[in-house]
Amino acid sequence: MKITSPKVSRRSLLRGSAAAAAASLAHARQVSAQNAPEESAFEAWIDLRLTVNGQAHALTVEPRVTLLDALRERMQLTGTKKGCNRGECGACTVLMDGRRVNSCLVLAASAEGRKITTIEGLADGDTPHPVQRAFAEADAFQCGFCTSGQIMSAMACIEEGHTGSPEEIREWMSGNLCRCSAYPQITAAVAAAAEELG
Amino acid sequence: MAIGDIITRVDAPTKTTGQAIYANDVNLRGQLYAAFVGATVPSGRIVSIDPAAALAIPGVVRVLTEADMPRPAPSFADLYVPPLATRHIPLQGLEIAHEGEPVAMVLAETLEAAEAGARAVDVVYDAAAFTDPALAEPVDPDPGRGDYSFLDIAEFEKGDAAAAIAAAPVRIARTYTQPSRHSNPMEPCAVIAEWSGGRVTIHDTIQHVAALQGVITGVFGLEMDQVHVRSIHCGGGFGPKGFIWPHQILVPMAARVVGRPVKLALTRAEMYALVGMQPHMVQEVELGADENGRLLGISHIASNETGVTEDYIEFSTVPSRTYYACDAIYNRQYIRRGNVTLPTYQRSPAEGPGSWALGSAMDELARELDMDPLDLRLANYADVEPSSGEPWSSKMLREAYEMGAERFGWRNRPAGGTRDGHWRLGYGMADSSQGTQRYGSSARVRLRADGTAVVESSFSDIGTGSATVMRQIAADILGLDESAVSSREGDSVLPEAGPTWASATVISTGTAVHRAATEVRGRLARLAGWPADAVGVENGALTHEGEARPIRDILAEAGVSEVSGDGTFTPNGGEFSDAGPEGFPSRVFGVIFVEVAVDPELGLLRLRRATGVYSAGRIINPRTARSQMTGGIIWGWGMAAMEQSRLDPVLGRWLSKDLAGVAIPTNADIPELDVAFVDEFDERSGPLGAKGIGELGATGVAAAVANAVYDAIGLRVRELPITPEKILAG
Amino acid sequence: MRDFSYARAGSRAEALDLGQADDAAFLAGGTELINWMRIGINAPARVIDLARVEGLDAVEEIEGGVRIGALARLNDVAQNPLIAEGYPVLSHAILRAASAQIRNLATIGGNPVQRVRCPYFRANEGAPCNKREPGSGCAALNGIHDRHAIFGWTEDCVAVHPADPPVALAALDAVIVTDHPEGGRLIPVREFHVLPSQNPAWHDVLRAGELIVGIELPAPAPRSAYLKIRERESYEYATVSAAAALEMDGGVIRRARVALGSVAMRPWRLVAAEARLAGLAPDAPEVADAIDASFAEARPLSGTEWKVRLARNAARRVIELAAEA
Ligand SMILES: Cc1cc2nc3c(=O)[nH]c(=O)nc-3n(C[C@H](O)[C@H](O)[C@H](O)COP(=O)(O)OP(=O)(O)OC[C@H]3O[C@@H](n4cnc5c(N)ncnc54)[C@H](O)[C@@H]3O)c2cc1C
Ligand code: SF4
Ligand code: FES
Ligand code: FES
Repeated sequence: MKITSPKVSRRSLLRGSAAAAAASLAHARQVSAQNAPEESAFEAWIDLRLTVNGQAHALTVEPRVTLLDALRERMQLTGTKKGCNRGECGACTVLMDGRRVNSCLVLAASAEGRKITTIEGLADGDTPHPVQRAFAEADAFQCGFCTSGQIMSAMACIEEGHTGSPEEIREWMSGNLCRCSAYPQITAAVAAAAEELG
Repeated sequence: MAIGDIITRVDAPTKTTGQAIYANDVNLRGQLYAAFVGATVPSGRIVSIDPAAALAIPGVVRVLTEADMPRPAPSFADLYVPPLATRHIPLQGLEIAHEGEPVAMVLAETLEAAEAGARAVDVVYDAAAFTDPALAEPVDPDPGRGDYSFLDIAEFEKGDAAAAIAAAPVRIARTYTQPSRHSNPMEPCAVIAEWSGGRVTIHDTIQHVAALQGVITGVFGLEMDQVHVRSIHCGGGFGPKGFIWPHQILVPMAARVVGRPVKLALTRAEMYALVGMQPHMVQEVELGADENGRLLGISHIASNETGVTEDYIEFSTVPSRTYYACDAIYNRQYIRRGNVTLPTYQRSPAEGPGSWALGSAMDELARELDMDPLDLRLANYADVEPSSGEPWSSKMLREAYEMGAERFGWRNRPAGGTRDGHWRLGYGMADSSQGTQRYGSSARVRLRADGTAVVESSFSDIGTGSATVMRQIAADILGLDESAVSSREGDSVLPEAGPTWASATVISTGTAVHRAATEVRGRLARLAGWPADAVGVENGALTHEGEARPIRDILAEAGVSEVSGDGTFTPNGGEFSDAGPEGFPSRVFGVIFVEVAVDPELGLLRLRRATGVYSAGRIINPRTARSQMTGGIIWGWGMAAMEQSRLDPVLGRWLSKDLAGVAIPTNADIPELDVAFVDEFDERSGPLGAKGIGELGATGVAAAVANAVYDAIGLRVRELPITPEKILAG
Repeated sequence: MRDFSYARAGSRAEALDLGQADDAAFLAGGTELINWMRIGINAPARVIDLARVEGLDAVEEIEGGVRIGALARLNDVAQNPLIAEGYPVLSHAILRAASAQIRNLATIGGNPVQRVRCPYFRANEGAPCNKREPGSGCAALNGIHDRHAIFGWTEDCVAVHPADPPVALAALDAVIVTDHPEGGRLIPVREFHVLPSQNPAWHDVLRAGELIVGIELPAPAPRSAYLKIRERESYEYATVSAAAALEMDGGVIRRARVALGSVAMRPWRLVAAEARLAGLAPDAPEVADAIDASFAEARPLSGTEWKVRLARNAARRVIELAAEA
C-alpha cells in the first residue's frame, strides 16, 4: 500500500471514521471522571415548544437538530436558507427575541421560549413590510437565495440604528454574503427602508 | 410595460417573502436524505467499505456503494461531454480520480442521521501517487478526452507573430498566473428525485433544464417524456450549475435502488470537491509594437489545469485575437492534468482569465511606451473583427471609452501614488469584452380572452431577471400591462429553451418569445380580418388604421378562449449554438476604470470607486442590466483582490472548503459603482437589437485593478490574487 | 454530527454540577462548539446549555476596573458605554470580529476558548494535525502555512490563535475568572492560551468542568486602539492584528502596552518594546527601533517572513492610532 507522503499518518488519512476524531477530545481536556451528576438531567430527545412568527409549534427532536433544520425540514418554513451551515454566509439569519442570529449556529433546543421571526413573518397579509418593499424597489437581489437572510439582517440593522451612513450600513450588513453581488443595491435598500421607518 | 422601461423584477414578491421555491425547499412524502462519503485520498483505489457503524445509527436506512448502484444504459456512451460535465461517475468502480469524490452514499430518514452516518462509514484506501496539476507538464489537449476541445480552437495563427514581435521596436514578454477559483453560488447544488412507474421526476437547480433531461434519458435509457425536470429558481449559477455533474445522476440512481424519493443537498465543502472550478492558469503574453503604440504582433499561450478524466480547456486566448487590430497573432492552449476536480466554466469564461493577462500586458506596454493606456487602446481600435477581418454586428466601444473617461475623470486624474493619509491612490483601466453565444430556443405565448397572457418556456431563473425580461418582451409586442403577463418556466414540459448561461438567454429565448408574441398578434389580426403586418396593440385592443377592437371581443366572436403562438430561435445552420449572425462576428464591449487605495505598510488594497461603460446592444431592462454589470464588477474585484482555492501539495485536496478560509467580497468591500450603457441597437443580432450582457462586467476588472496597484505603488503583480504578502513584498 | 444528550443549566451552581459529567461540554453562544461537532473536531456525549444561567451577563464597574460576565454577548460588551468609552481597544476588537449576527450569539467567555483556524485543523476529513489527533504530526509545517506563526511555534504546531478580543484583553492585562467544584482561579489572559512548547495538543489551560464566570479589566484605558489587518474589509479573521493601550504624559508615552494577534498561539505582548517606548513621542522615529527590540525573537516559517514585516508595521501603526484615540 502506498502512502502519499511520509508526513501523512496512515490512521488519519486512510480512515474516515468519527471514532478517531472523537478520541482527540479526551486529549484536549483532562477529563476527570468524578461524581457524575444525575444522568436524568441530560435528555436524549427534547419536547420543544417554539414560537415562530407568533405561532406556537410543538416538536420532539434530537438535541443536535439546529434551529435552521427545524425550520426548514420539520416546520416547512423553507424561506430561511442554508448556504454554508457554518455561520459563514448569513443566509440563515432569523430574529431571536428581536436580535439577528445565524440559525445554523443555534440548537433548536436553545431556542425554546424565544420569539423567532423568519422571513415568512414580516409581511402583513399581502402587504409587504417596508424593508421587503425597499429590496424590491432597489433591485437588491438577483437569484434571491441570500435575500431572506439579507432582509432579516436589514430589519435588525435598522432597529439597532446602524444606518447612519452608507459605510455603516455596509459594515453592519457584511455578515450576509451575496454572490450575485447585489451589495450596492442592498445598501441602498437598507438606507431607503431606514429612512421610511424613521 | 415596454422594452427599455425600468421594471421591478417580477419575482420580487416571492423572493422578498421567502415564498420562492428552490430545489432544496422541496420535500416529498417518504423521502430519504442522502449524504456522501467522500474519498480522503486524491488518487488510488477503494480497498474496503465497512458500513456497520453507519447502519447502527438510528434512522440510517441504507449505505450504497459501487456494488449497489445500477450501471448506465448503453445510450450513456452517446452523451456529449459537455453538457455532461464528466463521464467519470463515482460509485461505478473502485478507482479514485480526485479527493472528495463520493465512495458511498448514506440514506436516512433524517438529515442528521444521514450526516452522522456518512461520518461513520469506515473506508480503507490503497492510495496512489497524486499528480499536482500546477506542477504537471503542459500538453496539447486530447480531443478524445471529453468534447471540451470542440468548443473553441486550441491553436490560432494569423501572420507570423514571432517574427513580427522580434522585429518590433518595443516589446514586452510577461507571464501571468491565476489560482483555481470556486464559484461558490450562495445556493449549494441540490437535487431530489422520485420514480413512479418507469418515469422519473427531478427537482434540481440548474441553468439548463433540457440538458439534465437529455443526460438522464441517456443514463437510464429512457425517452424524453419519461423524464420530468423542474428547476424554477436557481440560487446563483456562475458555473457549477451549468453542466450536469455526477451527483445529479447518483441521486436518481439511488432513488431507483431504494424505491423512495431521495433528496441531496451538497455541503459547502462538497461544492469545492464535486462541481468544478475555474482552473489554475498560466498565461504567457508577448506584445510587439511600433513607437506609436500600434501592435505589430501578439502571442498568447495559455495552459490550464484539468482533471485526469477529461481535458477541460479554458480558452483564455480568445481576447488576443478579438480585442485589438493586429496583423500577426498567435494563440495556443495547453492543459496540465492532475488529480483535481474537473474545472468548469465560470462567470466570464475564457475572457475573464484572458482579459486579465492581456489587459495587464497592454498596461505594461503603455508604460514601456510612456503612453496613456487609453490612448494605446485607441491606437489599436479594431474596426473589424481581427481574427477574420469581418465587420462587427455592431460596436460602439469608442463612444464607451469617451463616456467612461468623462464620467470617471480619467483625463484629469490625480497622479498615481497620491497620498491620502497612509493610503496611496492608483488609477487603472482595461477593456471589457465577451463573445456572443446564442442557443436554439423555443417559447410559446398564450393570449387569453380576459386580456392576460402567459409566456411558456423551460428557461431557468438564475437571478439575471429572465422571467422579467421575457414578460416584458411579450407585453411589449402584445401592448399589455406588466401585470397582465405571467410566465411559466424552468420545467421540461414547457417548450424547450436554451441554457441560461453565456449571457445567451435574452438573445436566444428572448427572440423566441418575441416571435411567439408576434405570431399571436398575427393570429389575432387574421381573426379580426386585418393584415398581420399592419396591426398594433394598445390597452387590450387590436388597432388597424385608427380602428380599435378589444381583444376580448375578437376572441369571443371567433369562439375561441385563447390564441397561442410558438416562436423559435434557431442558430445558424440549425446548430445547437452559434456565435452570432453569420458573417458579422458579434461581441459586447466596454471599458472599466478603477481607483484603488493601497496601504503598502499594511499590505491593504481597497476599491475606492469604479466606472464601467458598455457597448452591448439594446438594453431591455436598464434596472436588471445595471445590477448585472455591478455584480460583474464585484465578481472581478473578488478575482483581483482575494479569491483563490489552494490545493495542498501533499494531501492533494483543497486547503479550505468553506467560506471562512476562502475570501469572497463582502458588502463592506464595495463602494458606490458607476455604470452606464451606450445607446445602441444591434440590427443584425435579431428583432430585439439586444445582446448578452451577463458576463461582460466581470471581464477586464482584474487587469484594471492590477494596473491601478502599479500606478499607486509601482508594484507590478502578475500573480492573482493581489493579497497582502504580495503588496508587502513590493 | 454525533448525537448527544442535552441539559440546561439554570444557575452557576447547576452548571458546575452538570459540568462534572463525563465527556460533557458547555455550550454558550454555540458559534464554535456546534461547528466543532459538525466537523468532527469534538464529539461530546453531553452538552450543557449555559444560555439560561442567570447573572453572568452583566458589564459592571468594580473597584479599579470593570467586570464582564462570561455570558455577555459580544455585541453587548462592545456597545456598553463602560467598554466603548473606557476601553476602546476592546470595543474595536470585538466589533471587528465575525459578523453582527454572530456577535449576537457569541459570548465573551466563549471567545478566548475558540480554537485555531489552521485549515488542516478545520478540515472535515481530518489531516495529520497534533491538535486534532495528538501525535499525528503537523500537516501545515510541510504544507501551506503562510498565515501561520512567527513567534513561539515548535515543529509540533505552527498555528496561531485567531481571536480578536483576547489580543485587546492581553494588552489591558485582563484576568479571566473561573469557577470549579475544586476551586476557581484567576487566570491572566496572557497566560490563558497554551504554547506548543507547553503542549501542542492544547489550546488553553481550562480544566474539564471549569467554568469561566467573568473577565476583569483593570483601570480604564481610553487611549487605546485596535488594528485588524485582513484581505477583505469585514467578516474575516485577522492576518495580523495589533492592540495598544497608552498612558501619556503630555505628548510623551509614560507607559505602553502592545499586543499582537494571529502571530502566535497566544496574544503576543511586545514586552521588550514596551520598556523602550516609555519616554518617546508616539510618532517619534525611535518608535520603530523600540518595536524592533521585540522582533529579535521573531522566528518566521518559510512562508511567514512577510508577516514579520507586517506585524512590525502594524505595531507601529497601532501606537499612532492609540495616541489619537
Ligand atoms: C464565521 C465565523 C467568523 C468568526 N470570526 C471571528 C473573528 O473575526 N474574530 C474572533 O475573535 N472570533 C471570530 N469568530 C469566533 C467567535 O467569536 C467565537 O466562536 C465565539 O466568540 C465563541 O463564543 P461562544 O459563546 O459562541 O462559544 P461556544 O461555541 O458556545 O463555546 C466555545 C468553547 O468555549 C467553551 N465555553 C464557552 N463558554 C464557556 C464558559 N463560560 N466557561 C467555560 N467554557 C466555556 C465551550 O465549552 C466550548 O468549548 C468567528 C466565528 C465564526 C463562526
Ligand atoms: S499547525 Fe497546529 S493546528 Fe495546524 S496542522 Fe499543525 S498541528 Fe494542526
Ligand atoms: S447557513 Fe448559517 S451562516 Fe451560512
Ligand atoms: S441575490 Fe443571489 S446571492 Fe444574493
